Amino acid sequence: MTGPVLPLVAVALVVVATIGIGVYGLRLARTTSDFLVASRTVSPLWNASAISGEYLSAASFLGVAGLVMAYGADALWYPVGFVAGYFVLLLFVAAPLRRSGAYTVPDFAEVRLGSRGLRRLCALAVVAIGLLYLVPQLHGAGLALRATTGAPVQVGAVLVAVVVTVNVAGGGMRSATFVQAFQYWLKLTALAVPAVFLLLAWQGDGRPALDTPTPPTFLQRTTVEVDSSTRFVVDEPVTVTVDGRQRRLEEGSTAVPGGSPVVFPAGAAVPHVASLAPATGLDWSRPLSGAGGVEHPLYATYALVLATFLGTMGLPHVLVRFYTNPDGRAARRTTLGVLALLGAFYLLPAVYGALGRLYVPELLLTGRTDAVVLSLPVAALSGPAGPLLQALLVAGAFAAFLSTSSGLLVTTAGVLAQDLLPAGRGDRAPGRVRGSVRGFQLAALGTGGVSLLVALPAAALPLTQVVGLAFAVAASTFCPLLVLGIWWRGLTVAGAGAGLLVGGGLSTLAVAATLTGSVGSDGWPAALLAQPAAWTVPTAFAVMVAGSLATRGTVPPDVGRTMMLLHAPEGLGLPAGSGPPGHADRSSPETTARRRQRAVRRTAP
Amino acid sequence: MADGVLAPAVLGGVVLLVLAVLWWAARGRRAFGTVEERATYAALHEASLAAPPLREGLNARSAATSARHLRALLASPAVAVTDTEQLLAWEGVGEVHARAAQRLAREALDAGRPTVTDGLVCGDPDCPLRAVVVAPLVLDERVVGTVGAYGPAASPGLVSAVAEVARWVSGQLELAELDESRSRLAEAQVRALRAQISPHFVFNALTAIASFVRTDPERARELLLDFADYTRYSSRTHGDFTTLAEELRSVDRYLLLEKARFGERLQVVLRVAPEVLPVAVPYLCLQPLVENAVQHGLERGGGSGTVTVVADDDGGLCRITVEDDGAGSDPERVRAVLAGTASDVDGHTSVGLGNVDARLRALYGDDHGLVVETAPGAGTKVTVRVPKFSAGVRVGGPAS
Repeated sequence: MTGPVLPLVAVALVVVATIGIGVYGLRLARTTSDFLVASRTVSPLWNASAISGEYLSAASFLGVAGLVMAYGADALWYPVGFVAGYFVLLLFVAAPLRRSGAYTVPDFAEVRLGSRGLRRLCALAVVAIGLLYLVPQLHGAGLALRATTGAPVQVGAVLVAVVVTVNVAGGGMRSATFVQAFQYWLKLTALAVPAVFLLLAWQGDGRPALDTPTPPTFLQRTTVEVDSSTRFVVDEPVTVTVDGRQRRLEEGSTAVPGGSPVVFPAGAAVPHVASLAPATGLDWSRPLSGAGGVEHPLYATYALVLATFLGTMGLPHVLVRFYTNPDGRAARRTTLGVLALLGAFYLLPAVYGALGRLYVPELLLTGRTDAVVLSLPVAALSGPAGPLLQALLVAGAFAAFLSTSSGLLVTTAGVLAQDLLPAGRGDRAPGRVRGSVRGFQLAALGTGGVSLLVALPAAALPLTQVVGLAFAVAASTFCPLLVLGIWWRGLTVAGAGAGLLVGGGLSTLAVAATLTGSVGSDGWPAALLAQPAAWTVPTAFAVMVAGSLATRGTVPPDVGRTMMLLHAPEGLGLPAGSGPPGHADRSSPETTARRRQRAVRRTAP
Repeated sequence: MADGVLAPAVLGGVVLLVLAVLWWAARGRRAFGTVEERATYAALHEASLAAPPLREGLNARSAATSARHLRALLASPAVAVTDTEQLLAWEGVGEVHARAAQRLAREALDAGRPTVTDGLVCGDPDCPLRAVVVAPLVLDERVVGTVGAYGPAASPGLVSAVAEVARWVSGQLELAELDESRSRLAEAQVRALRAQISPHFVFNALTAIASFVRTDPERARELLLDFADYTRYSSRTHGDFTTLAEELRSVDRYLLLEKARFGERLQVVLRVAPEVLPVAVPYLCLQPLVENAVQHGLERGGGSGTVTVVADDDGGLCRITVEDDGAGSDPERVRAVLAGTASDVDGHTSVGLGNVDARLRALYGDDHGLVVETAPGAGTKVTVRVPKFSAGVRVGGPAS
């Protein structure tokens, strides 16, 4: 471990930059009375950057590499799914959702089905997904600080929770697009630059092979700090040094008493933590090999694909960003931009995961594979480059924690304040919109506090797996609601409500069972619960369709109008359209030409 | 270690959640002591459920929804609601009788008082519908429809109950009409606002433009086009909502024209978070505020003044503030203007302020009225908080 100064400086810089851009960015960018200011909406590229910035969380920045390192090729489905979800969003949801004018999924439920009860139900699901997504972010912050500075896990979680909650409740995210866009480019840089150096170092080491027929070995004499509670499995007897004394580790499960550092000789096979089966390089590099001890890899892969492909559209903090698009067309273009930006980003974690097997295999022993991204530079690079790049990665990781947590907190607290907190005085009339400044602040403090309380007792699961569960819940609730709501006239309030309850209930139970570890880790039940999407999503769809067919008589009478609103392109002048206003009476060719001319003139000093 | 802590935590959370849901569900249903109290509660509860649809006015949908509760209220096997022309809703058993419902209602429609018809016949010997009591719905001394209760016999109790229910329904329909006339009034106010481009402003703007015609013809031309755009937007006739971007654009044109007139004496700061530009806002909800700010902050402030317009993103809300550093006014006076009891602030007409406030409250609820911070000599700051989404609010669409 290097001195904690550099990583701490990096964390401080990112925190200051995030708050600073949030507070002053608007001021700097817009202190002008220029005519054109008001007409300049957020461009699709900026918006795509912002969505990507908010989306790339601890799970993407740290977790994916860790999973690739532990589970091999199958884990690549995580990044693939995280991106491909946007493709599904683009095809089925982006433009109609924007045209509906909804800001959150509860809003969409109200537009489409006109039911306050269903709205509440959706709000509840938003809060559940938000919390489930928020907790691993805080947990990731703890891991990152521990891996780089040795601080207790709780420190990082508290730091991020406090910064984000205070910033959000204090109104620091009043114009989040630029902050979030900045975070994307910061994260991309932070992951790409060290990756280049690491690949060069790998070249310099003569490109050691990854698909070896043996499990990973220590490249050099390695000191590993194992806390006394970690049990690991030794496959080949090996002689190690503990406290300066030689000691032989026999085959089988063992633990090091007292948590003393253990020194492994070069070339020794790496023992694996009890929950992770060792895999040969060959198995690791092949799909569906069950590397890392995954049972039923084919089922797990399909379930994961379903969860990530269909869950993205249900993530509350992603959907609210689409509201910034001026119309449905811009929403599509933004999604396309997101696909490109995320596609570029997700090339990188796999590099870290693969090189991690070579340079920091001891993480397989301690089970802390989520730290692989942060541990690699120091282990693989000599000289000052290692700590410097590590500091850059820490900065990127904190950008990930801060941006995703802020987005989640803003959305979750907003929905909580508007739909679930008790209404204020004289504010109960139907159709009225609730939510006050104080309510939002209380909700933000509450959400931040609760997520911190849940995050503090450290969860044993990898970050990305917990996030994957959030995707599964989103896919089992909002995906059927959005897809059927947009593409099927027959959806009814009762059907949608039943589908949400069944899908949400089943997936939440599966998540609870997995997180509490109450079903063990063997056999079909565990596999079904660890990746619930494959059965909860079809069930939710089926219940929603069946429930709607059973209550066919209650299809909202104005469904035709709503459908036209969702699907008719803007600017056709259709009565239900919500396109840019005044298309009919604005911008004669003459005025447009004049605007251009003026735009040119004004930019010249 | 970790599992041991987490399992009870998650379980505890789930139990708490279930308890909260149960509490919420049970909240409204406290048990009452006596039979009378329960009966009163049941009747009032049904009435309160029937009321909201009726407040939409009398149509097939509202009749269908409320008939269910009216039937429970009257405890009769079937209830029919008609208007003057046709049957609107039939709730209950014996659908065959629905065909004759309008004919049976005719008498009550003509007489304007409750009527009783006995000896109904139909093919089904077990049909419980043998008699009907029909009472007219009277609105402003006009019969607009009927409520009919069908049952095995027309007891005097049923007759008076139906008459009372009909009177109560009439009361709700009167309220519906009140609501409608209130929204018509608001509409008329918007129309008035549209027509309300101040002649002074037109005169001053044209004079200012004229002063540029020789010295800077290009600028004069631009200003004229701005003037045209401004008047076109302000007198637009369709759509009750627009985007914040459109509204700000018009505000900007207005400020440009005022700047042409006042020159350096008027400073304008416009700070807009791009996220909120697509938000749907009521048409002409900002312009009156900005006009006010310019008038108050500058014309009476004597020398120079700064008008600041800020729009930013606040979670599910969009927050817009319009601020001037002018003379300010007495808060009591502003309160009176907002309450509609006075139409001017210190001799300055501010129809706009009260109008915007009333429209915002009508659309989004009382939490979303104007917030005015002012004191004599301390300038004025007006804050508007518009939700990003509100049911029925749609750019270009009419008010719901």
